[in-house]
Amino acid sequence: MGLVLLLMFSLVLASCERASTTHGEPNVRVGSKKFTESVILGEMVTQLARSTGASVRHRRELGGTAVLWEALRRGELDVYPEYTGTLRQELLSGRKLPDDAALRVALAEEGLRMSAPLGFNNTYALGMKEAEAERLGIRTISDLRAHPELRFGFSNEFMERGDGWPALRDSYRLPQRDVRGLDHDLAYRGLDAGSVQVTDLYSTDAEIAAYGLRVLVDDVHHFPAYDAVLLYRADFESRAPEALAAILRLSGTLSEEKMVKLNARARLERVPEAQVASDFLAQSLGVSTVVRGEGLASRVWLRTREHLFLVGVSLLAALALAVPLGVLAARSPRLGQGVLGLAGVIQTIPSLALLVVMIPLLGIGSRPAIAALFLYSLLPIVRNTASGLTGIPLEVRESAEALGLPPLARLWRIDLPMASPSILAGIQTAAVINVGTATLGALVGAGGYGQPILTGIRLDDTRLILEGAIPAAVLALLVSGAFEAVGRVLVPKGLRLRAESESR
Amino acid sequence: MYALQDVSKRFGTTQALHSLNLTLPTGRTTVLLGPSGCGKSTLVRLLNGLLHADTGQVLYAGKPLPTDAKALLSLRHRVGYALQGGGLFPHLTGEENVTLMAQHLRWSAARTRERRDVLVELTRFPAEALARYPAQLSGGQRQRVALMRALMLDPEVLLLDEPLGALDPLVRHELQADLRAIFARLRKTVVLVTHDLAEAGFLGDDIVLMREGRVVQQGSLVDLETRPADPFVTRFIQAQRLAPGNGASA
Repeated sequence: MGLVLLLMFSLVLASCERASTTHGEPNVRVGSKKFTESVILGEMVTQLARSTGASVRHRRELGGTAVLWEALRRGELDVYPEYTGTLRQELLSGRKLPDDAALRVALAEEGLRMSAPLGFNNTYALGMKEAEAERLGIRTISDLRAHPELRFGFSNEFMERGDGWPALRDSYRLPQRDVRGLDHDLAYRGLDAGSVQVTDLYSTDAEIAAYGLRVLVDDVHHFPAYDAVLLYRADFESRAPEALAAILRLSGTLSEEKMVKLNARARLERVPEAQVASDFLAQSLGVSTVVRGEGLASRVWLRTREHLFLVGVSLLAALALAVPLGVLAARSPRLGQGVLGLAGVIQTIPSLALLVVMIPLLGIGSRPAIAALFLYSLLPIVRNTASGLTGIPLEVRESAEALGLPPLARLWRIDLPMASPSILAGIQTAAVINVGTATLGALVGAGGYGQPILTGIRLDDTRLILEGAIPAAVLALLVSGAFEAVGRVLVPKGLRLRAESESR
Repeated sequence: MYALQDVSKRFGTTQALHSLNLTLPTGRTTVLLGPSGCGKSTLVRLLNGLLHADTGQVLYAGKPLPTDAKALLSLRHRVGYALQGGGLFPHLTGEENVTLMAQHLRWSAARTRERRDVLVELTRFPAEALARYPAQLSGGQRQRVALMRALMLDPEVLLLDEPLGALDPLVRHELQADLRAIFARLRKTVVLVTHDLAEAGFLGDDIVLMREGRVVQQGSLVDLETRPADPFVTRFIQAQRLAPGNGASA
């Protein structure tokens, strides 16, 4: 069973990998995390590399540090912006690295290198509304000890990481009990609405000024330095030396003040990151780059193609496995229970978790997304195939047997046509669910309608969210309608007549 | 054609057939008669291997029924089968139901058409209704399609399990007459299951009266009436003769 699954994966994924790279392999692959600063830095790197004539692909807004780190180590990315604190405290936390020199050595062992610092330290900090902090007399993190009733809302990453909330609580002995994990972008809005009183910030966040926040002083120096650097593969130097040299010119060019301004331009003034990066490169490095803005129609068309690819490939693969499994399940009730149970368990795995689990196996891009969608499609198809087959009336099954039709011919001429309405309904369900779930594929670099949704959430831009959400909803309706039409062609006429006469 | 030796069948805790011996003569129509639950449908399903006997053996043309799947399929090609309601495939037209096996066995179109035409004439089925789906056919027409389907490969034996069970009295009466004519013309070995005494007497050369998984008596209707082997035979006959609205003259 497991073996069959793996085999299916590798076949399908081998084919889709080829399809996705038909435009020629880019020789520089840049990644960025799903927050604005990282995307701006990723854009700078992309444009600098492109200015040397290299073909560059920027995978924007990948869903978390681990995703990028894995992708870089596996050679699916060449370079992405990272922070020394993240490397020391999280990615290589087991090594207890004392300083950046030790960090460089440890990275070299992984085949990775790190640029000189870009110039700013984007460390964690805690912040609260200026007026409220003034009222309660809170200036430092230590001052929080006197107010155990405060409601804390921290980004999910901050809740989990080694130097995040648990360590902070211990070093300051903080008594607060009402501590929630939520999306970083939502935390600001919670702060504004009053549902959250203290949140974690980055020291270069654009919102500090915009929301009127006070940054609490880290009086026991709990947070380590988070100097921004570019992390790249050692082999990148030999493959694209010119591009690398251009990229490394960023070192030492960005102060905290500059970075806050760039972040604010992108986040608050809604200037596209590519434009923000381009303007900065022209001013600071004298490099002029062209920003290609794409029209709404061509953006949506690109996302539609990516989305259809994810849904189509995963659904076809699921079909090839789930229908035979459904037939087996109908033949042997005990096996059927096992198959349905397993598919049901898969269905309960949160999609984000499943995507992240796939990354070490399948890397980033469309492959992990397709694999996850494939797994989610199995249950509805297997179940409907099995129930369609077991629902065939006894006298029909007996007649087919008594005629002397061999088992395979019975399956093909009688059982499957009779179960076809149910099987089709199962595929339809799987397809519609897939259209929705595929929006999460953007988190692992698979593109699709999730990309504008992700960007829209990050920038608090409803227009962008709708740019992904509306086509996704329309596609779901179209897919559903298409299956109705397919049903009218594929479901035998005699069965439709029967359904009509029964409904009368 | 068939000989059953010490055959018994049990479903879970229910003994459907007690050990019985029975011979079904070639070229004649034998009716398995009895109240519901007497084992007559179980018995007919032993004859084409839809069920396997727990004990004893079923001999077909002197040889035990094959157990391997392939030989069993070819036996079923020689034993036509139709059950109550027809058991038609709802996704196929009447014609497709009838010719399904011929198609599967790759008969030529001409041979299939020729055989179909013979059957349409034999069963007095309206040819224009062949293109209809089972849902568009009347009960009697469905039964005629089922009969054509059972006869398509020109089998040696025809097994009919309550073929007229679900029909209204007029259609039933008409089909009974047609069936008798068909049996007389084909001279095949026919085994027909019914609970209706009049139908048994009208269609059967030979009647096997069953009760609770045992054969009570085998013989002609006259034998059963004049020389009952058991008081149950008389009671069964009288119950049906006296039943209001059930004319013995049918």
